[in-house]
Amino acid sequence: MKGLAERIGLPLLGLAVALAVFEIAPRIGILPSSSFPPPSEIFAALVDLVGTTEFRAALWATTWTWAVAMTITTVLAVPLGMFIGSSTAATLASRITIDFLRPVPSVALIPLLVLMYGTQPRLAIILAVFGALWPLLFQAMYAIRDVDPVARDTATAFGLGPFARLRRVVLPSCTPFITTGMRLSASVALILIVTGEYIVGVDGLGKEVFIAQSGGAYADMYAYIVTAGILGVLINVAMGGAERRLLFWHASQRTRGLVTEAAL
Amino acid sequence: MRFFTRTRTGRVVLQLALPVFLLWLWWVTSENSTSYAYPPLSDVLEQLREDWMFDQVPTDLVPSLARFSAGYAIAVVAGIAGGLVLGLMPRVQRAAQPVTEFLRAIPPPLLLPFVIVTLGIGNGAKVAVIALGSVWVILLNAVDGVRSVDPVLLDTAASFQLSRRRTIWRVVLPAASPQIAVGMRTGLAVGLIMMIISEMQGSTNGLGYQVLAAQRSFDTASMFAGIIVIGLVGLLVNLGFVLAEKRIMRWYRGARGLLDENEAARPTARRRAAERRTANAAATRDTPSRVAPVHSHLRPTRIRHQEA
Repeated sequence: MKGLAERIGLPLLGLAVALAVFEIAPRIGILPSSSFPPPSEIFAALVDLVGTTEFRAALWATTWTWAVAMTITTVLAVPLGMFIGSSTAATLASRITIDFLRPVPSVALIPLLVLMYGTQPRLAIILAVFGALWPLLFQAMYAIRDVDPVARDTATAFGLGPFARLRRVVLPSCTPFITTGMRLSASVALILIVTGEYIVGVDGLGKEVFIAQSGGAYADMYAYIVTAGILGVLINVAMGGAERRLLFWHASQRTRGLVTEAAL
Repeated sequence: MRFFTRTRTGRVVLQLALPVFLLWLWWVTSENSTSYAYPPLSDVLEQLREDWMFDQVPTDLVPSLARFSAGYAIAVVAGIAGGLVLGLMPRVQRAAQPVTEFLRAIPPPLLLPFVIVTLGIGNGAKVAVIALGSVWVILLNAVDGVRSVDPVLLDTAASFQLSRRRTIWRVVLPAASPQIAVGMRTGLAVGLIMMIISEMQGSTNGLGYQVLAAQRSFDTASMFAGIIVIGLVGLLVNLGFVLAEKRIMRWYRGARGLLDENEAARPTARRRAAERRTANAAATRDTPSRVAPVHSHLRPTRIRHQEA
């Protein structure tokens, strides 16, 4: 009972305290209420917004752009990473290019992409793919190097063909690395898509934030920011859930299961 | 194939082939380009020399880097300090978790409108944006690092009567440092993004401002030159971080057997200094050696006997 109070009660208490501070501070004038609307006002604005078509269109646009960007990232990065990782020659040949391109902040490409695509969603997608590619690419490269040679040789000795080996040995061994990479890439992609929306004006939550900000509708602005935060949490949760489902057999998830059971 | 992967010359050739080919491709395809979005590489290089050697260095590059350094430094200090507090106080950490998790989940670029509305668009506001953007990942990694310190280490420190302060400096921080370094590296990338985009909204100088202004005036050669400079800044900042991390975290890689042969054979500056002191002490012979043995800080200063 005490454990339950601590696991659920404390987070709720923390949340309540934080909300109370930001509710009271603007009302008694510690924070300027014009730029810090109290949470109750933000929440009311959010409730009003949820019914509007603009809100739903913006939320849908951001989610859709993110999903497209993640699909492209995965389709590019996983095979490419596995190819590069599996061959010494490919690793050497690509090393300098990758080391040069990876630290380039992808937002540097914004002006160029604006010239080419204006405010099309394509801009945000390219921005996101350029940034989200690297974590997944590196995870895929490490993944393929981590395949147990004994398992691979055993599969060969049992007469499994190349395709069966890929399916039965290589892919299961790579999955934990790749899901980690996808989790990292997922949040990078969301960051860059929202950047494209806020800075350039691609349709989505970021653009609505900018419109609300320019119009001085700060409660709406915060409501859209909170929505983007909730979307971020949902994406984290969804990626984590998918990881657990895919990797129920893997040691990291098994121990996690045991720990939570013990804690309950 | 074997020539390229096994011999020294072959490896160098192989590593350089792709970058050289890509640059050549850029040069050739853009040479006679008349598209305004794709100026000839020679024009871009000419512009790069004209803009950045060194006219715009004090007006755009220096302000950007100064704001970035200040913001990132604040994020590192606040992130590690906050991580220590939350990591050492599990109840506080549990209470703060919903708030920190949510703030982390907000895409950092949307902290920009928040800061513009509350603090404006001055230098201080831009520093705040960079710090706010990169602090969360450093904080959460520091919390993880502090919480996963081996309990045996903490028990040892406690039984050796180390003060709380000493335990933190000598045991907790070193043990958490690999995880803190991971957070700092991710924070670096976020900080660079925040630096650029904070200059794309309501700014009159900086790298982000410069590339966007060049694009708006359709000066694409200058825009490309600016993009190249941003790329170089990203590259050098990351390189600096990796080198510093390599040096500072050398003890960790040594302890884990992760040093390569060259490194392991080379004594650290600290070891060389210790050896010099030993030699000096041996030469003078009049005073006992003041060389601190490894982990001397763990030597018990005061042993309190437990009641039976």
